Amino acid sequence: MNLPIQKQPSLTLPEMPAEETYLQGVWYRFKRHKLAMISLFFLLLISVAAIAAPQISRHDYREVMPSRSLQAPSREHLMGTDRLGRDVFSRALLGGRISLIVGFTAAFVAVIVGTLVGVVAGYFGGWVDDILMRLTDVFMAFPVLFLLLTIAAVLPKTVTNIVLVIGLTSWPSLARTVRGQFLSLREMEFVEAARSLGVKNYRIALSYILPNTVAPIIVGATLRIGGAILAEAGLAFIGVGIIDPPSWGSILDAGRAVLRQAPWITFFPGMLIFITVLAFNFVGDGLRDALDPKLK
Amino acid sequence: MPDVLIDVRNIRTTFHIKEGVVPAIEGVSLQIGRQETVAIVGESGCGKSVTALTIMRLIQSPPGRIEQGAVIFEGEDLLKASEKRMRQIRGNDIAMIFQEPMTSLNPLLTVGFQIEESLILHQSLSKQEAYHKALGMLKRVDIPAPEQRMHEYPHQLSGGMRQRVMIAMALSCSPKLLIADEPTTALDVTIQAQIMILMNSLREEMGMAIMLITHDLGVVANMADRVIVMYAGQVVEEAPVNDLFAHPQHPYTQGLLLSVPRLDARVSKLNTISGTVPNLLYLPRGCRFNPRCSYAQERCQIESPGLTQVNDAHSVRCWFPLGMMGGKKQ
Repeated sequence: MNLPIQKQPSLTLPEMPAEETYLQGVWYRFKRHKLAMISLFFLLLISVAAIAAPQISRHDYREVMPSRSLQAPSREHLMGTDRLGRDVFSRALLGGRISLIVGFTAAFVAVIVGTLVGVVAGYFGGWVDDILMRLTDVFMAFPVLFLLLTIAAVLPKTVTNIVLVIGLTSWPSLARTVRGQFLSLREMEFVEAARSLGVKNYRIALSYILPNTVAPIIVGATLRIGGAILAEAGLAFIGVGIIDPPSWGSILDAGRAVLRQAPWITFFPGMLIFITVLAFNFVGDGLRDALDPKLK
Repeated sequence: MPDVLIDVRNIRTTFHIKEGVVPAIEGVSLQIGRQETVAIVGESGCGKSVTALTIMRLIQSPPGRIEQGAVIFEGEDLLKASEKRMRQIRGNDIAMIFQEPMTSLNPLLTVGFQIEESLILHQSLSKQEAYHKALGMLKRVDIPAPEQRMHEYPHQLSGGMRQRVMIAMALSCSPKLLIADEPTTALDVTIQAQIMILMNSLREEMGMAIMLITHDLGVVANMADRVIVMYAGQVVEEAPVNDLFAHPQHPYTQGLLLSVPRLDARVSKLNTISGTVPNLLYLPRGCRFNPRCSYAQERCQIESPGLTQVNDAHSVRCWFPLGMMGGKKQ
């Protein structure tokens, strides 16, 4: 070895404008997605309204006023009244609480279970993967609505039970996504490099690979919130939803009998479900583009 | 050879795929002394990387399987060591750097975190101590503005800088053996030279041995003390670097040397070795090189040769070694 050894002078870089962080980049790309921004704004509005429901509404959601039965929307009753003369606006605000809580928590349960199954299956592979994925297939092939119906009919209709039922039936597709990501990521050289440094298995899975799958998990979670709200509404509409306080689905169900005389009872909560779920899907879409610029 | 650091004895590693059993390396033996640089050269797929991964016990299983042999590292057989023991050795006693600096760093972890990791793991340093040691390593591999780089992500660095970071990671625990798997293949030529010079000066500074996997014979001539030539999963020639370049004994080695473009000779056409590397599933009978060998004789097609000594430091796997004329024969 007789090449001259050139040490680079240790220089300090000139002051550069602060580089944008990852999150700043995400926010910048998300902002360009108009529909997602509008949706996000709408969701914030709905959330605030749901949280502040008692302060906003002028009537108690349980207040029965037989004299005001089936009134059309007016200044006093923005969304009209139902058969018992209860204010639909107040009920819808409170229903927003229930539907959003169910949506978020059920999606959370689904994400936890789905990620766990996906991580274990994808990282270990082999027979572990086979067993977990066949289990996932079973869950996917199962007619979920009937499963939901059966379980919901047997268990008391509390928020917790409904959340668990929905959450524990909607994880399989997420598990597949996470597993797929793991299968390709664990072959990456940086994983081999981590192994060559003596890093433990669980640490490689959790601190080296999992962060690389966060983007699809967040997107999946967002989409799943909308899905869970819809699932709860479906359950409520066939009578096994949360009734007191009513979710949007339960209000829909209650208005069904008087659909011709008082369409407003079903129209407003129906629109709320529709727009909210749509908004979650748009936000999910926007996040997908923003989190992974390579897809574009 | 000086004091032997690692003694690889007769290892065989196979891959079990649906077409059959692929013997990726077959009866590979080699020794590396303390502070010695040994280059392993050969075409793609000849088993260089598999040899390295076998030493580290990083062969993916399935489909891979280490079937026989021993890897004696400081008196301990690594092939018999527990997985826990191997994790202590990896990164601490034997470290590895990879070909692709672009993909061997985790894109979502900062440079600092990735260097600190092995320090915390092996030397049970606190976060604070690890930070300072990692910073020191970045300075040692000549990265400008190391304090700033510690907090940056791999995508903010150039290819050469990433390879420097990889070297800093690998050397942070002062390993006794560094396995460099084509460390400069993905870099452009000027950076290649810088990285090689850096590795060599760090080797002298830290007193480690280097197992350099490469197919760049220019690098070999500059860096290595000894050279091991591999072909189709076997060691075909082993010699001190000057001896090998001056008197290659194996026709394959000769072919490799002749296929290097030279600035100081007038040649109109570059020499190549005709044919391709054999499929390891369907190895030719006899000597594995015989279908491509211009000196092949009947015996070469029937019996496979063993490694024989040419002199005490030089051995070759050939029935008809080229002798001292080797380098000049055309």
